[in-house]
Amino acid sequence: MEMLTKILNLIIVLILPFLMIGVIKKTKAFWGGRKGAPVFQPLFDFIKLIKKDFVISKTVSFVFSLAPLVILACTLFAALFIPLGTGSAVINIEAGLIIFAYILGLSKFFTLIGAMDTGSSFEGMGASREACFTSIVEPAFFMIIASAMALSGNLTFDSLSKILVNAGGYGVLIVIFAVLALFLMLLIEGCRVPVDDPATHLELTMIHEVMILDNSAFDLAVISYSASLKMLLISSLIAKLIIPETVSAVEYLGFYLLVVFAISVITGTIESSTARLRMTHIFEFIFVMSSFALIILSLTVARMFGG
Amino acid sequence: MNLNWIKINNNSKISLLDIPVLDISDLRIETISLCGGCSDAFGGSKETFSKPFLHRLRPVGFFGKDWGRGDARLFVVLADDSKGVFYVSSALFKAGIREYDSFTSEVPAFHMFEREFFEEFNIKPVGHPWLKPVRKNTDNYQFFEMDGEEVHRVAVGPIHAGVIEPGHFRFMCNGETVYHLEIALGYQHRGVEDMMVRMPSNRLAESVCGDSVIAYNLAYSKLMESVKGVSVSSKAQLIRLLALEMERAAIHIGDLGAIAGDIAYLMGASVFGATRTLVINTMLEFSGSRFGRGLITIGGVNFDIEKEKVERAKKTFDKVERDVKRMVKTMLKNSSVVSRLEKTGTVNMERALEIGMSGLAARASGINIDSRFDFPDKWYAASGADSLGIQRIHPKGTGDVNARFKIRYKEILQSFSIIRKAFEKLEDFAHEPVNSGYEVLNKENAKDVFAISAIEGWRGEIIHIAMTDGAGRLSRYKIKDPSFNNWYGLALAVRNNGVSDFPLCNKSFNLSYCGCDL
Repeated sequence: MEMLTKILNLIIVLILPFLMIGVIKKTKAFWGGRKGAPVFQPLFDFIKLIKKDFVISKTVSFVFSLAPLVILACTLFAALFIPLGTGSAVINIEAGLIIFAYILGLSKFFTLIGAMDTGSSFEGMGASREACFTSIVEPAFFMIIASAMALSGNLTFDSLSKILVNAGGYGVLIVIFAVLALFLMLLIEGCRVPVDDPATHLELTMIHEVMILDNSAFDLAVISYSASLKMLLISSLIAKLIIPETVSAVEYLGFYLLVVFAISVITGTIESSTARLRMTHIFEFIFVMSSFALIILSLTVARMFGG
Repeated sequence: MNLNWIKINNNSKISLLDIPVLDISDLRIETISLCGGCSDAFGGSKETFSKPFLHRLRPVGFFGKDWGRGDARLFVVLADDSKGVFYVSSALFKAGIREYDSFTSEVPAFHMFEREFFEEFNIKPVGHPWLKPVRKNTDNYQFFEMDGEEVHRVAVGPIHAGVIEPGHFRFMCNGETVYHLEIALGYQHRGVEDMMVRMPSNRLAESVCGDSVIAYNLAYSKLMESVKGVSVSSKAQLIRLLALEMERAAIHIGDLGAIAGDIAYLMGASVFGATRTLVINTMLEFSGSRFGRGLITIGGVNFDIEKEKVERAKKTFDKVERDVKRMVKTMLKNSSVVSRLEKTGTVNMERALEIGMSGLAARASGINIDSRFDFPDKWYAASGADSLGIQRIHPKGTGDVNARFKIRYKEILQSFSIIRKAFEKLEDFAHEPVNSGYEVLNKENAKDVFAISAIEGWRGEIIHIAMTDGAGRLSRYKIKDPSFNNWYGLALAVRNNGVSDFPLCNKSFNLSYCGCDL
């Protein structure tokens, strides 16, 4: 059983990020009246990219080549702390939240310095935007998850699903807000519309894409993979919050896949039906997430100290 | 007007010998008084405001011609939109004279023209505030620089991420805000005007600017028809009008799609992309080329449009119009779309007039000039037996991306209504020939003439001017695309906007690189 769980987790980590992107793209194609690429196209692109030769700018230092590896390692390591399809994380320790957040922070840091290492004004601009948004998203994320953990009685990701049982009416409210806030975080961190446009070719408007303009071949492949894995991790947190404690392991897997694909389809639909926000309005969008986090925090305080 | 100017109508010719030759300082004073003064934008003085904005003349031509023995003759062409005529005058620069007082310091609309004249003839406009290369772009181009700890530079191009033409954009930004944009073009300079003199042909004319094939070819054909004295059948003129309006509709729909794509509004991009294809495919049926290459020739058009094709086209256009209407309505109801379009990239009317903007972008800023109606051709005339009863659009003119988006939409509807009327009219001329035979191509040009043709392409007013020598050969060919002045409008539009909004502003103008570089 233990072995099976590990294998299942491995498969999910390796395949599901590509599938998520594939489903989003398929949804966009559907709304655009097109047939669209196969849902496994992102995986094929990954394989194509790792076969390619590197093209590396003469102006970069070792940081540029180091960054993609650090990003990949960090994201994979972070994945160990999150309960995936089996409902339990590989490393289930207290304060895993802190490690998770800061490991992802490290990965973000290397994304930024990897971009700035190229010396391109575009990439510097992208890095400044990304750093700015992250600094607002991070505290909100802590507030949401830590509050939920506090109410579920145990400071681990695995216990998040207990919140519905332990906190009653407050729990329901918190789960609703937490799911909404995490979904916004997914759009922000996953660089989706309305925050960023992953399909654009216009460097001046990009946020995430512009930081990896100089990356090619294996580097580009792992950065894109890590970005989609991060989306999967946030989706997994949403799944963990929604899916009740009582279901069996097989049922959990079924619900989990359902949630992940539902999120992909919703993301694709949002991308098809809204325009991107103006750069200055993105902050307002992120502050919506922050305000949800504050609501959750106050609900938690009310529940813990108000009786 | 006085004796210092000679009047010329659109699509007509005058004798070169009748064009007055003034002293350059007189020409300058004359021109400035006719074009009005300027405000503080270019450092001019407020006192020189001599006329209300809308009643001034507009420079459409300011170019030199080699006058032998090292002399150069400067021609100035002004457009009077309210009367529908052009005024021409000139000045002669003797070989030794290498400078004159700049017009730009008083009338900013001359800004690009004087740079071009300086570049071609090395006669310096003294006091020109921005004397930089237009086409002969060199490595040591001096960009405008700003100092400051928080000011940073962003250089874009000349090679771009999309499959588009080359051009360099230099932004001076503070954080995300653009203080100044400088646009350096010239990467596509092919020497088109000289080629037109050496080997004029319809094929060359339609290749000058690939997105305005019909408009450029039409301008050239009409110009040569007036130089050669060739008449065109009513039917051919109808087909030309059809082609011009189809080009306008197709490119405008494509541009709406591009604007939707830039703001990541996927559905708009898909629908407009698909409907544009239907329009250009109809052009393919009519002419064998999706962009109408080879359709127009001197003396008429090369292809007749059969009845079945007309019926098919009518159905197609009905569908396209319905789809475009529905999509635009959906888009403008979507608050996320409107918040991107409104108050982005604004050029107010005063600035637009100052820098001599023309065409669609000028109309979006509230300057209602449209050479289809200001310098009407047979079918566009407001009244008379030939009138199709076409109404001019009166835009709101807020000057932002939203205005440029909406005016495109209105012009698409207008074009389809013109096309529909033209299809009906076409039946009345079923037995007319579509061209005057190929002999007219070899007909002799009139000697020593100056001819002008203004065609409202989808981007705006395209001016072609030709001169012939004593033997009837072309001696000078001048082209002015609306992009020539409007590029500076784009630079003004992005000031104080987010740098990430630049692509959207750029797309809403959709200016031509090759039409400017020539």
